[in-house]
Amino acid sequence: MLKLQSIRKTFHAGTANEVRALRGISFTLEPGTFLMVLGGNGSGKSTLLNAIAGTFPVDEGRITIAGRDVTRWPEHRRARHIGRVFQNPFTGTAPSMSIYENFAFAAKRGKFRGLRWALGRSLRTELRDRVAELKMGLEDRLENAIGSLSGGQRQALTLLMATWIKPDLLLLDEHTAALDPKSADQVIQLTDTLVSREKLTTLMVTHAMGQAVQLGSRIIMMHQGNILHDFDGEEKRRLTIPDLLQRFDDIRRRELLDAPAAQMLAEQYV
Amino acid sequence: MSLLLSALSLGFIFGLLALGVFVSFRIFAIPDITVDGSITFGGALCAVLLVNGWPPLVATLAGGVAGCLAGALTGLLQTRCGINSLLAGILVMTGLYSVNLHLMGRSNVPLLDVRTIADQSQTVAMWLLGREEIAIGVWVVPSREIVMLFAFALISCLVAVALYLFFRTDLGTAMRVSGNNEEMARALGVNVKTYRVLGLALANGLVGAAGALWVQAQGFADAQMGIGTIVIGLASVIIGEAIIGGGRGGLGLALCGTLIGSILFRQLIALAIRGGLDPNDLKLATATFVFIALVFPRVVSWLREKYALRGRVAVPGR
Repeated sequence: MLKLQSIRKTFHAGTANEVRALRGISFTLEPGTFLMVLGGNGSGKSTLLNAIAGTFPVDEGRITIAGRDVTRWPEHRRARHIGRVFQNPFTGTAPSMSIYENFAFAAKRGKFRGLRWALGRSLRTELRDRVAELKMGLEDRLENAIGSLSGGQRQALTLLMATWIKPDLLLLDEHTAALDPKSADQVIQLTDTLVSREKLTTLMVTHAMGQAVQLGSRIIMMHQGNILHDFDGEEKRRLTIPDLLQRFDDIRRRELLDAPAAQMLAEQYV
Repeated sequence: MSLLLSALSLGFIFGLLALGVFVSFRIFAIPDITVDGSITFGGALCAVLLVNGWPPLVATLAGGVAGCLAGALTGLLQTRCGINSLLAGILVMTGLYSVNLHLMGRSNVPLLDVRTIADQSQTVAMWLLGREEIAIGVWVVPSREIVMLFAFALISCLVAVALYLFFRTDLGTAMRVSGNNEEMARALGVNVKTYRVLGLALANGLVGAAGALWVQAQGFADAQMGIGTIVIGLASVIIGEAIIGGGRGGLGLALCGTLIGSILFRQLIALAIRGGLDPNDLKLATATFVFIALVFPRVVSWLREKYALRGRVAVPGR
């Protein structure tokens, strides 16, 4: 469903602020896979997500979604195939419009938006049912402005909107990071339900190792713009949090060794 | 009475201006200064066409199209050239000043002996009422002014309804989202740049049409007539919001509020002048009215909290 070939991206190239965020990322994601992307700060995981979504063009490489080469496509065109939930709960919803109006908009993702009436009755009925499933009491507040809702409620709605029309690829960018533990839990449960029910191909960036172990069928660990570890299938199933922590520790130790070791070698041989 | 009548007429004409400002200011959250230029552009084009014998309806619509072009240009400056929204509006407004002078050939174009909507109203008035003047209570007013008032009222109400229907379509809803949250709009498949240009074209098209009606109501077009109209538009929108109780009522109520705000604002100005306000203080009075409208909802909230009123009344303000 998703294929990345040698993706490279550098920000502020040639200046003092140069950041080589992605240094040749390649992998293939089969349909129905739930991929977790882990990594420390600056590892490039959010950049990877944004590169796939099209927030910026990549310097090198090819991105293929559902068989289509989308490398040159702008963000709004790729959105035909992609559902997104952002880290910031405010980014995914239009605050001054009602829940109903937000969903009327989301229900047209990838479709032609013409002069048809947006708020049909069938939409309203289906919306009521789907929102009631969330068990957040929102089904009676569909006409209220979304701006009055809490972060957890907004993320749940954003997730529902992103999957209203089944996307080829679902991108989740640390979507529970800004929520309190209880809301985060609810949103994770919802994510699990929706992804498994619709068998969505999903890419989720997270800091929480518990989420990576609990959800997902595959884990990618990133470091400084590269993929260091790729756990799939049986190996992934056997992974525990201590295992992941051990891997992170290995990386850290390797990093500490690298810099002084390089200096020592340079002094000896140069 | 004539003053209040013409204030009512102007209220409806400027209702179109207010609706245009509503689109750019409330839907796109941009203070669009282009308005000062596009209202004059629309009025000037209309005046020139009328002087050359074009039918009033066509000339009025042409004024609207002129406004659309001005708005589209501002939109393009913002999206293609990356110019800040406020500056883009100022640039187009400034450029339009010269364009208007060239268009009119001079700084003022009178519409005497030219067939305008006023003359058409006269014809209708004679046919309908049979008299040149009509008595309402103790006052005597030209019957054509009554007809014009109805015409302007009908036009602005129809436009408000059309706007409501438009913003309830898929396209209109997408436009609202692109103005409210660009990132979300993009992530759900909307080309926000195109929508910005379309939205500003729509907003300024309404303003241009307002300009076209205005020159016909007042009998001349003037290069300076647009100066300060953005403030009138904003005042109408803000006063309207204060009247209907804040921005929570939804789209339909907001549009009604905008029209009501425009009419109310004109009446307040007319009453102030009738009550002896020095015309030099007109702008100060305008600023004061807008100030009160902005502060009023907050004062009400503050008073409510202070006296701990409970009840299921909507709290004004955002």
